[in-house]
Amino acid sequence: MPGKLKAKIVAGRHLPVMDRASDLTDAFVEVKFGNTTFKTDVCPKSLNPQWNSEWFKFEVDDEDLQDEPLQITVLDHDTYSANDAIGKVYIDIDPLLCTEAASIISGWFPIYDTIHGIRGEINVLVKVELFNDLNRFRQSSCGVKFFCTTSIPYSYRAVMVHGFVEELVVNEDPEYQWIDRIRTPRASNEARQRLISLMSGELQRKIGLKVLEMGGNAVVGYLQCFDLEGESGLVVRAIGTACTLEKFSSGSASITCPHPSTAPPSNACNSPKDGKELVFGEELPLSSGPPTPFRALPSSSSSPPPFSPSKPCSRQSSSSDTDLSLTPKTGMGSGGSAGKEAGPLKTLLRQQTQTTLEQREFPFFTLTSFPPGFLVHVGGVVSARSVKLLDRIHNPDEPETRDAWWEEIRQEIKSHAKALGCHAVVGYSENTSICEEVCILSASGTAAILNPRYMREGCLDVGSIDHRFDDPSPPNCGFCHIPYDELNMPFPAQLAYCYQCRRQKVPDVLFTTIDLPAEAAVTGKGCLIQARLCRLKKKAQGEVNATAISNLLPFMEYELHTQLMNKLKLRSMNALFGLHIQISVGENMLLGLASATGVYLTALPAPGGIQIAGKTPGDLNNEQHVAAIQKRINDAIAKNKELYQINPPELTDEGVGSPIPEPRQRSRIFRSHSESSDELSELDLSHGKKDAFVLEIDDTDAVEDIHSLLTDAPPPAGFHSCSTETMPGIYNWTSGIQMFTSVRVLRLNNTNLTNQGLNKIFTDLCENLLKSFYFKLRSTVPCCLCHLNFTVAVPEEELVQVSVTAVAMTFDKDQNQEKPPEKATTKGGSETEDQLQFPLELSADSSSTSPQPSKISGVAENTIVSTRVSSLEHCSPLPEGRSRSLCSSRSFGVGSVTMVKMTPLSFLPGTRIIKYLGIINMFFIRETTSLREEGGVSGFLHSFIAEVFAMVRAHVAALGGNAVVSYSMKDCVLMENPNKNQAQCLINVSGDAVICVRETDQEQTTNTGQTCGTIDGAT
Amino acid sequence: MAVELDVFVGNTTIMDEEVYQLWLDGYTVNDAVRARMEGGVLDEFDATADVLLSDTMDQYRTFQMCERLLHSPAKLANQLLFQIPPHRQTMLIERYYAFDDVFVREVLGKKLSKGTKKDLDDISAKTGVTLKSCRRQFDNFKRIFKVVEELKGPLVENIRQHFLLSDKLARDYAAIVFFANNRFETGKKKLQYITFQDFAFCAGQLINNWTVGAVGEGLWLLPLANMDVDLDKEFLQELKELKVLITDKDLLDQHKSLVCTALRGKTKAFNEMEANFKNLSRGLVNIATKLTNTKDVRDFFIDLVEKFIEPCRSDRWTAADVKLYLTHYTNSAHILDTFKHQVVWDRYMGVIKSCIFKMYHD
Repeated sequence: MPGKLKAKIVAGRHLPVMDRASDLTDAFVEVKFGNTTFKTDVCPKSLNPQWNSEWFKFEVDDEDLQDEPLQITVLDHDTYSANDAIGKVYIDIDPLLCTEAASIISGWFPIYDTIHGIRGEINVLVKVELFNDLNRFRQSSCGVKFFCTTSIPYSYRAVMVHGFVEELVVNEDPEYQWIDRIRTPRASNEARQRLISLMSGELQRKIGLKVLEMGGNAVVGYLQCFDLEGESGLVVRAIGTACTLEKFSSGSASITCPHPSTAPPSNACNSPKDGKELVFGEELPLSSGPPTPFRALPSSSSSPPPFSPSKPCSRQSSSSDTDLSLTPKTGMGSGGSAGKEAGPLKTLLRQQTQTTLEQREFPFFTLTSFPPGFLVHVGGVVSARSVKLLDRIHNPDEPETRDAWWEEIRQEIKSHAKALGCHAVVGYSENTSICEEVCILSASGTAAILNPRYMREGCLDVGSIDHRFDDPSPPNCGFCHIPYDELNMPFPAQLAYCYQCRRQKVPDVLFTTIDLPAEAAVTGKGCLIQARLCRLKKKAQGEVNATAISNLLPFMEYELHTQLMNKLKLRSMNALFGLHIQISVGENMLLGLASATGVYLTALPAPGGIQIAGKTPGDLNNEQHVAAIQKRINDAIAKNKELYQINPPELTDEGVGSPIPEPRQRSRIFRSHSESSDELSELDLSHGKKDAFVLEIDDTDAVEDIHSLLTDAPPPAGFHSCSTETMPGIYNWTSGIQMFTSVRVLRLNNTNLTNQGLNKIFTDLCENLLKSFYFKLRSTVPCCLCHLNFTVAVPEEELVQVSVTAVAMTFDKDQNQEKPPEKATTKGGSETEDQLQFPLELSADSSSTSPQPSKISGVAENTIVSTRVSSLEHCSPLPEGRSRSLCSSRSFGVGSVTMVKMTPLSFLPGTRIIKYLGIINMFFIRETTSLREEGGVSGFLHSFIAEVFAMVRAHVAALGGNAVVSYSMKDCVLMENPNKNQAQCLINVSGDAVICVRETDQEQTTNTGQTCGTIDGAT
Repeated sequence: MAVELDVFVGNTTIMDEEVYQLWLDGYTVNDAVRARMEGGVLDEFDATADVLLSDTMDQYRTFQMCERLLHSPAKLANQLLFQIPPHRQTMLIERYYAFDDVFVREVLGKKLSKGTKKDLDDISAKTGVTLKSCRRQFDNFKRIFKVVEELKGPLVENIRQHFLLSDKLARDYAAIVFFANNRFETGKKKLQYITFQDFAFCAGQLINNWTVGAVGEGLWLLPLANMDVDLDKEFLQELKELKVLITDKDLLDQHKSLVCTALRGKTKAFNEMEANFKNLSRGLVNIATKLTNTKDVRDFFIDLVEKFIEPCRSDRWTAADVKLYLTHYTNSAHILDTFKHQVVWDRYMGVIKSCIFKMYHD
């Protein structure tokens, strides 16, 4: 009996009217955990019932505690007929199982119904008493911390990074079971929500077990996804990076914690002057693996087992814990991947040599930013895709195929990385796109060489930074240096000596999936670069379809890559960070979208321009045309240089006005390569003509390409945008943030569209979305849209859906050229002032609605900043919490709800995260049969997204938190049938619940943060 | 190719005050887009009409979803669906409950019933306020009326607490509720020149002086529901006693001579005042004595205009004249030895005086 779960139902408010006759409701509550159910008394005739129940106690295994959610159902009592359900609340109690996370869940939760949405709120208290259980054969993994954040969380340090963990769990989708024909949509939705909640609980527990086996205590960069495979089932899979984390003592946290906003690189470009330009020549770091040829899967003839909703028979996919499990398990497949790894790994870890990493089955890391010194060299992006046919029937006795699929892809990634001379893959992620029975599995990451010492115990001691480097390369350009052998390069590339240290070779262009390392030197500012592509395909079934898709994929990858490269050149930049390429499959088309943040890395050579070449040189008309286009391109490049403030000293020295005077270019190639090897220069010359940057306008296609290249409008004045956590070149963030989610669906009525037509439509769709964002957020300038995360889907034959989640962050314009280096000192100075301010605020009238005077981070802020902040979101979360607690006594007090900030980033500018309260991982279904009445699909989705936000905020507030970091919307699957007036939508969101405080007042707030929960409960 | 779906949802709900006002004013989405384009939002920010349409639709949807909450503003503060900073909440509520003076002038004193609601088309046509906006304003009146009807305690405070309105707006609503409850006639042609703000001031005077709640703390314990909404019956009864001022010939003459003595030489209109004294005094006292009849309560303002303001105006009294006259008229009654109803007289004349001051203009 390792745990006791206690729940208390306090009160409800704003309940819906369930009895039309009296306009009131007779509400009571059922509290269910596992198979145990308790009920409260009926609170008659009230829309704001006070139950004030006893503590309901559940005595349960910690395994169940991890898997099961606490299920709270609010019902309307009816004497004569069946009780009507008002709605439900699922509470994930995982955060309570970890001593360092939340200690109590207490607060108002929205009561959610899958048909009606939010219907009032309920106040609940939940506690867990865990008994220590040191049974090494246990199945639970309580205490392992999970973080969605893809970097080492603030206020922690990584004692050791163990490596890749993965797991997947499969089940039948309740929506596709026979019983679904006879039950209500509500029952079906709830079965699905509950099942997914169970499955993700189970998945998390199993991952936790693997982490414990590896000797770690946390998973960082936890990425969980659902694959709705339709009739063939439901897959929940997760990957992450196992680490051993240690909490800083509060004193040292501020010094050692690398904070993106406070630890910018020295922006000054002080590389040597005798810069040689090495341009031309396409590097193909994106070695897209040829998609695995279609493989027919043996279809089993046995029928699926009957489904029992109470205890779903999820089958685990890997056999990693077979040797440890006491209970005999059936259906243990042989296809497990991690099982092979777990045992040997432990012993390997003790040896700790460089080869450790290589011998690991998958030396992958889901992290995108790293402690200084962790990343030694970066090779380039590696990706692999494979097209699979989903088998119709699951046989529980059959070895799991999904795991084998992923294993295959990971092997491919690993071999790509090896080809780049790298022993590890960082910024690793996996995703799928499913259409009917075809599934594209994709994985991508950045090949890299890591400092092996980080895999060793106790090596991450922050004090010993200097001893860590075996490699003499300077810290802020080392990662750019090529990891592969320059005489034996995996792909044709142009190398040059590093523009910073002049000692090592660097490539001319670098593509990565990770965030820009904090120490990297950047010239000018970065910007969002997107490549968009549509490819029509014939409608087909089964194998034919899969083959067709397989054949199209390499072309799409190539074109996306070319687009990225051209757009990068057009902006005079030489590196991409946070690259994410998504290929989505629909019945009659494939969509490709690549987003990244382009920057000019000071260490890399200046990019060449783009050269336009006509097909028929003799034609005078044509030549004029070419010249005109060339001029436009050159103008665009010149304009972009100015816009992004890219003016590396080398360029001015050599007086390169026009981007590419071709003859000179050639000669330079010779010159530079004479230093390295003749062989190379010859190779480059031969390559020169097919260069991606010489665009030949020989047909309409190419003209289109050039046009699309030039149509990307730069963001309006005052705006920046990027796909990474922060914008390279901007360091002085103020605390105003606005997170948003936007979804747009386009219906293509035109049946006979060409590829070009589609491309145009798709490009316009993305561009218009961006324009819309800029317009909506125009009052917040100067600001930067960070972490612009586009997701494309083809929900139906003629529909294209784009969903975006991003955050707008304000920054201080006056100082955006350089970071304030004396920040730390000013901070210290203003601290006392803030402490003085504290009691004054307390005594002030709590109902005052005026924005808090923004005392943020001690940067000398002018009044303009503070007013701007107030127009966004309340900058300082803490005073709100305070005023809330004061307000609670007043029945109509303004602001009785905690403000919860949300951001897709791992940090909140101007604040410091003092505590991680646990992972938020929620899955919701919403359905309607009155679509028109709810304002059409837009109205339906608008309220659903708002409801999802509300539920996330409520859960965070109940944990005592005031913010969600690393928030993401993994899935937004919308199905509509306007003719039947119906629609259904599934949304999956995740993030880390945290308590953050303003950077200046850490001490007092620790207490306030912790009392948050109890205050909530009292209201 | 058509946009099938287009939504934008912020964690903190984004609301543009300009669009909110257009929505409140009952503009359709297309009209609002046109209005915004004319307002020059596109010039200051380089955007296309599509962007504007998309933004306007999003905002309209948000407002529609919020509207339910705005009906009981206290809910807005502790609901969870929209994260709106407190100062924005205040703005939303204040604007939602704001009304057009031209509109309220039309329905002031009318019964807030379905019948009146049907007339909103005509009112809309007459005032130029869109029907949608008329409906919102009318429903606001009705909603507040319904809620405070059943509450004890001071009217203005109740409105402010329940609807989280500013003091000024709460006072205006108190006036509207008070007028609707007592059904004061305000629509007659003769009353057209009186603005809503004049009436609101008068309502404030009546609420503060002539209702049960006005008398003082001692009456708090009385089980009276609408202390501020209904006039003090006892007081109205006592007003009958004032009749003696006009029925008793001696008293009337005595009163007149006292007033005239005081006024002589102080105003150009003295002759007219002297000549009209008995008429005016009869007018004011008769109004007082008839207030026990509900019908006459309704005609209170008409009577004031017909019996006092119009005669004065035809004699070209200035506002200062009126003030002077009424001050002396009121004070002189205290010197009358046989007149015993000083307290009632003051309570009556205090309100009459300030109402007439407010109403005496063109």
